Amino acid sequence: MQPMFKWKTDDFSWVDFTIDVLRVIIVLGVVIGAWNTLSSGRISFAQWVNLFAAGLSQGSIYALIALGYTLVYGILLMINFAHGEVFMAGAFSTVFLAEALNRTGFLNAQPLLAILLMIAFAGLVSMSVAILLERIAYRPLRGSPRLVPLITAIGAAFFLQYTFRGLYGSGFKAYPGVHALQGAIEIGGISIPVVQVFVFCAALFLMLCLYWLVERTRIGKAMRAVSENKEVARLMGIDIDWVIMFTFGVGGFLAGSAGVINGLFRPQGVNFYMGFIPGIKAFTAAVLGGIGNIPGAMLGGLFLGVIEAIGPNLVLAGLGIPGANQLKDVIAFTMLVLVLIFRPQGILGERLSETKA
Amino acid sequence: MKRLLPVFLLIGLLVAFSIPAFAQDGCMDELGCVEIASDDPVVIGAMLSVSGATSFYGEDSLGGIELAISGRDGMLLGREITLVVEDSLCSAEGGQAAAQRVAADETIVGVIGTTCSGAAQGAMPIISEAGMVMISSSNTSPSLTNDDTEAGGTYLPGYFRTAHNDLFQGAMGAQYAVEVLKAGAVATIHDGDPYTEGLAVVMANTFAGLNGEVVFQGAVSKGDTDMSAILTEIAASAPDVVYLPVFVPESEFLVSQAANTPGLEDAVMMTADGSFSATFAQNTGAAAVGVAMTGPHVSGEAYSAFLDLWAEEQPGGTEAPPSGFHAHAYDAVNILMDAVEAVAEELDDGTVLIGRQALRDAISAVENYDGLTGSLTCQDESPYAGDCATGTALAVFEITEPQVNDGDWPPPIVWDLSMSMMMMNDG
Repeated sequence: MQPMFKWKTDDFSWVDFTIDVLRVIIVLGVVIGAWNTLSSGRISFAQWVNLFAAGLSQGSIYALIALGYTLVYGILLMINFAHGEVFMAGAFSTVFLAEALNRTGFLNAQPLLAILLMIAFAGLVSMSVAILLERIAYRPLRGSPRLVPLITAIGAAFFLQYTFRGLYGSGFKAYPGVHALQGAIEIGGISIPVVQVFVFCAALFLMLCLYWLVERTRIGKAMRAVSENKEVARLMGIDIDWVIMFTFGVGGFLAGSAGVINGLFRPQGVNFYMGFIPGIKAFTAAVLGGIGNIPGAMLGGLFLGVIEAIGPNLVLAGLGIPGANQLKDVIAFTMLVLVLIFRPQGILGERLSETKA
Repeated sequence: MKRLLPVFLLIGLLVAFSIPAFAQDGCMDELGCVEIASDDPVVIGAMLSVSGATSFYGEDSLGGIELAISGRDGMLLGREITLVVEDSLCSAEGGQAAAQRVAADETIVGVIGTTCSGAAQGAMPIISEAGMVMISSSNTSPSLTNDDTEAGGTYLPGYFRTAHNDLFQGAMGAQYAVEVLKAGAVATIHDGDPYTEGLAVVMANTFAGLNGEVVFQGAVSKGDTDMSAILTEIAASAPDVVYLPVFVPESEFLVSQAANTPGLEDAVMMTADGSFSATFAQNTGAAAVGVAMTGPHVSGEAYSAFLDLWAEEQPGGTEAPPSGFHAHAYDAVNILMDAVEAVAEELDDGTVLIGRQALRDAISAVENYDGLTGSLTCQDESPYAGDCATGTALAVFEITEPQVNDGDWPPPIVWDLSMSMMMMNDG
């Protein structure tokens, strides 16, 4: 034992100590803030339930986008930062279809059929964009250092933003309202908007489909094999390029459908820049849940949505912080930092194989 | 003494060389001159938000500038006009970067910009230091024309604007809330931008001064889509009027989600010129009906002709201006071009000199200028230093069904200052 490294073998370390102190401060802050808010009774139980429900719907949209990050990371170990723009591509393109369907009256005559049509269209657009992105921007860089595709992804994000601005202009658009989704469901004196229930169910259905695809089908098995070990998968006769392209396509489809679901939930704000913040939030959600882990991305998305909806009013307002609602993003990104400090593998974590670790 | 001889000689030589240089230069302006050789173009700068989420404001102003230039067949002082457009984004950093590029170009006679008040705060120290002038068509933050730094003023010489000062607009919102809506309690929301925050503060202060109660002052972030948290909190404080002078699309999210927030059914939503666009009503949908908004009120034959010209030439590829400050930009660039013409001195060799201080003085002296946005008189005293608009081209509009369903724009005017019981004395 060399004496100069003695401190390392001690039980005490400053890093652990600091993290422990941080832990205590955070727990105390959350408890005190929540206690202050709840004891003041400014916000009623029904309002908390409303906030929670809105958070779940928002979170399910984050989750759908987060799945794209996680799928690609699982297979290529790269963060596709242009994924937010894939979401925008579907959402922005479909707003024109939605307007047309609304003008002809089809949207309100056959709402379910019209929404399915919109989801299919948005999914196709986003899927094509994602596949082209992979083919043109990422495949030539496969095997290069990990920073290279990351920077390329950021460049591709700008390219996509300004391409769509060139195509559709810089103004804001909005999805038309669907009459069938207006109104609210009353449960025990608490009313929850129908659209939120629909959004949550639709997103959940898509996620279950994905789970089934990955776990129960042949191509899903191939995806899992490629994510485990590309070289061995190749030796087993799996066409790696095709599987990667398929993965991007699936991620793109989910992002596009998230675009339409988001359009039903929050109809305004459709423009070429709309993918940026949801993209970052979904990336946060994917890391929260454990990037590379599919149920993790779903859980991370829902968790982030709910924390964002409830956190400012529950904790920050209770601590007497002014402008608490402006700090919603602070809550989201603080969660990211905390997860990275305390549980770097995410909530569900992923059992990293040796090549990934 | 002999050793000093070379020194005297050197000084003598320097003087001898510099006399003809001065004589030829002829620039007597204390801030220096822009020198345009006989076959060079006149260069006008524009610093606008032409990328990112607020780019349609920049495109709106850019269209007005292009139409004003083409209205003079692209010629000034017998030379062609070159327009240099820099992207100042909608942030202080963007304004600073654009201003540095503009200030480095000595051929630029003056600048139209910036789009956002935040960008102007980043740009003005550089523009003012370089001796240039900047006329904004859409900055409305009161701080930009206020030289009292302790009160948050950031006025610097060389700054002018044809957009109204929010001291007018915020006060107008408060007066409307008190006099017409008979509101006793107000909640305000801003988004952290100096423009929206300034407006929210002016409105709240005026409202409190009129014996109203300000029950909530909060903020959202740019890019937020889910407003349920802040709306729930506002509903808990039960205001009669919710004043949200934020930009689109945040205002669209706020208004449409407020309609579904229990407790806010009877509150009147009120917004300002950051949301003054035809798409606001259409995008917000049914919830937009009944929303009151303060905004630029530009009308008249000259303006109709301007809109016809826009539809014909379609600058930026749009049939109609995408926002409400194109006419202000048109007036701004015309004021600049008139001032350049007024102070230009032509030398014997065809070179034109434009004194930088003279140009500032000429713009300051603008009085009763007959612009598209009404009669403009540039003032030079804080808190209106550099303000050329008087706030008379403002009105309160109320959105009705045709704006939502058919895209009619602008909405009907329900109130303006002439209807007020307590006319503002300082306007």
